[in-house]
Amino acid sequence: MADNPENLQYTKDHEWIRVEGEIGTIGITRFAQEQLGDIVHVTLPRSGSSFEASESFGEIESVKTFSELFIPVSGEVTEVNEALNDSPELVNDAPYDGGWMIRVKISNAAELDKLLSAAEYDDFIAQQSGD
Amino acid sequence: MTTNQIKKTPLNETHRRMGARMIDFGGWDMPVQYPAGTIEEHLTVRRAVGLFDVSHMGELEIRGRQALDLVQRVTSNDASRLSDGQIQYSALTSPHGGFIDDILVHRFASDHYFICVNASNADKDDNWVREHAGEFDAEVINRSADFSQLAVQGPQALALLRTLTNVRLDSIRYYWFTRGEVAGIDCIISRTGYTGEDGFELYCNPANVEALWNRIIEAGEPLAILPCGLAARNTLRLEAKMALYGNDIDTETTVLEADLAWIFKPEKGDFIGRDRLLEQKDAGITRKLVGFEVVGAGIARDHYPAFVGDRQAGIVTSGSPAPFLRRNIGLAYLPIELTAIGTPFEIDVRGRRINAIVVQTPFYKRAR
Repeated sequence: MADNPENLQYTKDHEWIRVEGEIGTIGITRFAQEQLGDIVHVTLPRSGSSFEASESFGEIESVKTFSELFIPVSGEVTEVNEALNDSPELVNDAPYDGGWMIRVKISNAAELDKLLSAAEYDDFIAQQSGD
Repeated sequence: MTTNQIKKTPLNETHRRMGARMIDFGGWDMPVQYPAGTIEEHLTVRRAVGLFDVSHMGELEIRGRQALDLVQRVTSNDASRLSDGQIQYSALTSPHGGFIDDILVHRFASDHYFICVNASNADKDDNWVREHAGEFDAEVINRSADFSQLAVQGPQALALLRTLTNVRLDSIRYYWFTRGEVAGIDCIISRTGYTGEDGFELYCNPANVEALWNRIIEAGEPLAILPCGLAARNTLRLEAKMALYGNDIDTETTVLEADLAWIFKPEKGDFIGRDRLLEQKDAGITRKLVGFEVVGAGIARDHYPAFVGDRQAGIVTSGSPAPFLRRNIGLAYLPIELTAIGTPFEIDVRGRRINAIVVQTPFYKRAR
């Protein structure tokens, strides 16, 4: 399970964020997409909407189930991944790459300190899966 | 959950080795999907062939001079119509005409019936049938521990299994079975399934099921066989509108409400629940299980309420995206006046209303 990229930060709700300057790119983790199974629909917010850290910013539906999406840090959405409208399976195929969901302008960088490192997240999901 | 140890089929390690994600399914540690994923598994069964471990299913045998009488007493369909080697879908009925279980009755001989039952109901069914066996010269034997079961499903199932047996598989008609060797392993070979496709269900000694599984996977390679998990099994059966016990049918839903009037045969004589079902038939049912399709966006899921205006009219019992049909479909109990094909209604999806319409079922029917 140690394939979670080192350069990302993670939440216990299984989202990741990649920070470049004041912009954060957000998606869900490999573990999360494996648990959901085949993704068939992703509902994302409009550009320009703002969310507080841990707030629900959308919803993801798989064949078997659904899950809310929680934003790792507060911010304003600057871009959404339109490719997921037609190809939600990108979240399964490339959760850390083509399956990204939104980009936000981070409004409080201090919140990033509360997120998990790759190693911490690895430990967290190891506990979750009871291995 | 119970504190009971979770049960495992003999293929547990095999599933894990093949990368399956495992879930607790009614107390059984079962593969929900393999790395290919549910959609790919589903489509493979529709287009080629898939292999399912369904060893969790239970098996009861009823033997004795009055075996048929006992079967007739506890089921709603007419088992007297079966010939040796024939199979019938039926219900173990409650006194209210509800489902103790839905079952497959196999007739080996007039004094020997073999009943495939749902995993989570096996012990309940065993006790129920045993309770009613007293007045008959018949014996009930729970054989669940003596059989593992594999389902080989899809349009290529016949071509695949042909390479592993001398049994004339093409002469086994749909809902018939025979006994014979597959890959050198003694099996009950049933031409049945829970996917809406052609296929076979193989019952064998648990000691041999791993070898059987491996030989089928190996022989199926040229046909691009995939191992398939319970998630694909569920979407396949839903497209084919086959009922899932615990969701679409249970003790609270009658055989008539479940739209399974074809397994209600009152003319065969008395059986448990017959009077109540006759009364219900005369009075007319007030609700019925129907198939629906979501209109527009949204996915209805199990247990979501169905609405007409402000009034909750019914409940979704199974709802899912349909991977082959590429629509969002489901089954719901609705008041009888809302069950005509084309009737619109709404479903509450986590506080949001989506539109649905009653459609013809099965949603999917294979070309024969």
